[in-house]
Amino acid sequence: MKRKMLAGAVALASLSLTACAGGSGGAEAEGQIDYWLWDSNQQPAYQQCADAFHEANPDLTVKITQRGWDDYWSALTTAFSSGTGPDVFTDHVSKYPEFVANGQLLALDDHIADVDLDQYSAGLADLWVAQDGKRYGLPKDWDTVAIFYNQKMVEDAGLSEEDMQDLDWNPEDGGTYEETIARLTVDANGVRGDEPGFDKDDVAVYGLGIPGAGYENGQTEWSMYTATTGWTHTDKNPWGTHYNYDDPRFQDTIAWWYSLIEKGYAPPLETTIGASVNDNFGAGKSAINISGDWMLSTYFGYDGVDVGLAPTPTGPNGQRASMFNGLADSVWAGTDNPEGAAKWVAFLGSTDCQDLVGAAGVVFPAITSSAEIATEAFAEKGIDVSPFTTHVEDGTTFLFPVTDHASDVHAIMTPAMDEVLGGKADVSSLTEANEQVNALFDGS
Amino acid sequence: MTTAAVARRPRNQLLPALGMIAPAALGFLVFYLYPTLRGAYLSLTEYNVLGSPVFVGLQNYVDMAKDDVFWNAVRVTFLYVVLNIGFQTVLAVGLAVLMHRLTKSVLIRGSLLLPYLIANVVVALLWFWMLDFNIGIVNAVIDAIGLPKVAFFGDEAWTVATIAGVNTWRHLGYTALLVFAGLQMIPASVYEAAAVDGAGEWRTFWRITLPLLRPVLVLVLVITVTGAFQVFDTVAVTTAGGPGNASRVLQLYIYEQAFARGHFGYASAMSVVLFLVLAGAAFAQMRLLRAGESDLS
Repeated sequence: MKRKMLAGAVALASLSLTACAGGSGGAEAEGQIDYWLWDSNQQPAYQQCADAFHEANPDLTVKITQRGWDDYWSALTTAFSSGTGPDVFTDHVSKYPEFVANGQLLALDDHIADVDLDQYSAGLADLWVAQDGKRYGLPKDWDTVAIFYNQKMVEDAGLSEEDMQDLDWNPEDGGTYEETIARLTVDANGVRGDEPGFDKDDVAVYGLGIPGAGYENGQTEWSMYTATTGWTHTDKNPWGTHYNYDDPRFQDTIAWWYSLIEKGYAPPLETTIGASVNDNFGAGKSAINISGDWMLSTYFGYDGVDVGLAPTPTGPNGQRASMFNGLADSVWAGTDNPEGAAKWVAFLGSTDCQDLVGAAGVVFPAITSSAEIATEAFAEKGIDVSPFTTHVEDGTTFLFPVTDHASDVHAIMTPAMDEVLGGKADVSSLTEANEQVNALFDGS
Repeated sequence: MTTAAVARRPRNQLLPALGMIAPAALGFLVFYLYPTLRGAYLSLTEYNVLGSPVFVGLQNYVDMAKDDVFWNAVRVTFLYVVLNIGFQTVLAVGLAVLMHRLTKSVLIRGSLLLPYLIANVVVALLWFWMLDFNIGIVNAVIDAIGLPKVAFFGDEAWTVATIAGVNTWRHLGYTALLVFAGLQMIPASVYEAAAVDGAGEWRTFWRITLPLLRPVLVLVLVITVTGAFQVFDTVAVTTAGGPGNASRVLQLYIYEQAFARGHFGYASAMSVVLFLVLAGAAFAQMRLLRAGESDLS
């Protein structure tokens, strides 16, 4: 608490300072644009963009500040309320609706007129139009999820790389996907999960590593299964007003997912609190993980682990599915230089910047042609990213659910999902959580 | 001293006195009194920091009474305080007596304080790794001697005790040092008298050390209990309240409601309740344990 109280005190102090300065924006240098982002992996690429931007606009200088995800949003809120927010910042679809509702974001429509929205991957630009019909962000990147597997373990299990590329799944028996996970699970005596005598209470390597219970969105936990059953998080997206956690298709899928833990194919939830799911993978404690492309450099960075990639399994609808999330750059309503800030956002949303980001090979830029550059950059590092891009090519993505009350939904669903995955409550308990969630939308 | 001198003193010294306390008083007003009063006011409003506070009367307190997560947080926090203070006080008194009676080595006495010199978050993360189920060294040892591994942070039955244990480890040396300072205030003549009368170490401890230590012990308890109620960082960087709500202590829930969910009014109301609980606890301890009196006189 101390750290936060100190931050509050500093914010208070700076508030009175700006008040003394007559609200002129404090000590900020003329022509400086403050820009915040949270991913340190991406900072070097965006510094390149900032340098290029300064070259094209010598009167404007971009100052980048990086803060980790955990501190990012509370720091941003505090900075907004104290009048010291950044001019431009990296924004997330689960956060911006509340900023819009509180009048903290500048509508870009009047400032950015001539941007070709068709250059971005389909759907990304639409995510950033709020319910008032105005645009609050320009797409900067996108992400999908895929299977990361340990090549050595797959080989030892007598499976081929081809087997991994073509898995199918259903909520009744799990299909070849569950068979593969069972095969890859090994107990302390070396008995595999699909062999007689398997001891599920003393497992050395889990077939499937799980990061946790998946909160409200299940991006890397369960959303790639549930979406293939035809289930959707909300009644419509974006701007749904009703969540569907009471749907049998959702609850059956979660019940199947939990059955993997009961069978010993996935780690009990209580053992996942601690080292991250990727570090456990790196330490050889799990054979398969599902994760997003933003984790590529982490997974391929583990020493002595040969990582393979495969697309997520096909489901009951005969197709694969991946959540499709896109970040954007937004302008704070309190900026002292709306024109300059908008100029920087337009630059970030153009090929001038996104080609540079693509070439760095850390993330897929929102512009289709820049994403191709990123694919090549990954290929040069020896990583074939087609399991991620296939979703975009085949149109098997679905958008991250965007609604109001996102942080309250998160706070209700996090413990509710924990209870189910921890074996403390039945999946039917999610119906009650769903009622709590939907009550948030009554009367709003 | 003449009467005239006494009468003149206030006139001469009031201004300098005010000047002397001004820095501290200013800090108190700006950083304590004003935020406290404003927090009390905000507890009667709906406020998300970005808009303006809307007065809602006692609605936040009514909501709190009906909020299961809040009552669970109260239970979890009390459980934590009991475990943490229980372990910590008993061990600290034991350690302080050992320091007092057994060793005069500054090196040994100083090294007991080492954990306290490490930042809270670092301590929490260190133990978080060492106690990890899959790749932590503690479980590797447990596994090697043939016992079943324990999900220290992940198992609901263990998580609060684990967090209490980690913080006990960090604060033990510091608490022991405070108690040790109290021990040094007990005159050696009392111990000599006890030795002459033939009292053993055990009897001396119960009949002499503990009663004479009481005023210091009360101070230590008030400080540590108040500190324990405010447990936040250890939980925030390890379990973040999970699994489920098993370690969602009050301070974490307040922080979450305010900074993650934007309910600053509701969070302020919970802070006011916590403030009253803490004030009550401190008052009760002072009264029940007669902190103002010493058995020495």
